[in-house]
Amino acid sequence: MINNEHTIVKVGIADLNIVSAPDCIRTTGLGSCVGVVLYNQPKQIAGMAHIMLPNSKLAKQTNLNLYKYADTAIDILVDQLCRKGLRKSSLQAKLAGGAQMFQFSSNNDMMRIGQRNIEAVLQKLAEHHIPVIASDVGGNFGRTIEFDPATANLRIKTITKGEEII
Amino acid sequence: MKYEQLSLIQLDALREIGNIGAGNAATSMSKLIQKKVDMEVPNINIVAFDEVMEMVGGAENLVVGILFEIHGKAPGIVYLLFSLEEAELLVKQMTNDNSMTLYNGEEPNSIAFSALQEAGNILAGSYLSALSDFTNINMQPSIPHLSIDMAGAILTVGLLPISEFTDYAIIINTKMNDVQGEHNGVNGQFLLLPSPESFTKIFQALGIQDDK
Repeated sequence: MINNEHTIVKVGIADLNIVSAPDCIRTTGLGSCVGVVLYNQPKQIAGMAHIMLPNSKLAKQTNLNLYKYADTAIDILVDQLCRKGLRKSSLQAKLAGGAQMFQFSSNNDMMRIGQRNIEAVLQKLAEHHIPVIASDVGGNFGRTIEFDPATANLRIKTITKGEEII
Repeated sequence: MKYEQLSLIQLDALREIGNIGAGNAATSMSKLIQKKVDMEVPNINIVAFDEVMEMVGGAENLVVGILFEIHGKAPGIVYLLFSLEEAELLVKQMTNDNSMTLYNGEEPNSIAFSALQEAGNILAGSYLSALSDFTNINMQPSIPHLSIDMAGAILTVGLLPISEFTDYAIIINTKMNDVQGEHNGVNGQFLLLPSPESFTKIFQALGIQDDK
């Protein structure tokens, strides 16, 4: 019997994972967090990180969760994809998220974290010379994203703005 | 402070805080909708961020969330959460208008939204004033911040201040139930997320700072 069922690999908050076709990879309920997908379409392999904070150097934590921060998670994702036999120069990126869910009056930096996450991710991708092929970022709404390494489509679901594929 | 090392008495104290706060809020809610409102015994959850989302039905689940920043000596964040149906029912009962909906087609209904925020004000206000009285720590709610969206997106905001320190959140979770409508009543859920530094202050105020 041929098993043509594909699995959907889940990525939690401050988490990352890697899939190859026919499996898909998804993360749910992105608000200010940014979902970053790095992929190589000919090889049909992709990795996704659900990034919560921009900079690990600002952490006040002793046991750092390296998957939580833009600067560390993207390094790890690149490294893991390279271990799968991909060359860094063959990777491309898509990203979504980085919303600001609430308009706070206090100018607490934590409260515009979405924008800071996006900037940190873009900066890190630029350091690795990984081109951003498509993105859907900002706004004030949540997103669930699912990436299919076979087609390199990133499907973005929202509650109020419907669904789109980038 | 290590989250994993809370003593039983400290956990009890947090449960009691949830109890007192939600008890007071349930009374306010009862006045607001003119029905009897019950509350469940609070849960103290020490959970990973993903589990926080599971507590409200998963990260993708649609929730009506009203967020308040807590200002004062023990900062933190408190959420009042409803399902869409519950929020709509609450607004109907508050306005005495059965045709009231949260959305007119796609557009948010500003009267309903404003009623919901006002309900949030009243409930969070009574929740926090009870906490404040019990601990003798000054706690003031901010203005209400309302969002109707995926639970993950809404709750992450409250986890951000904690996430700089740890990957676990201590959540004091209390449910209120409208007694008459078991099936489709106005049930609400309070989630209290004190900032890491607030726990020490709360425990000191209650005289249980020692880990015994």
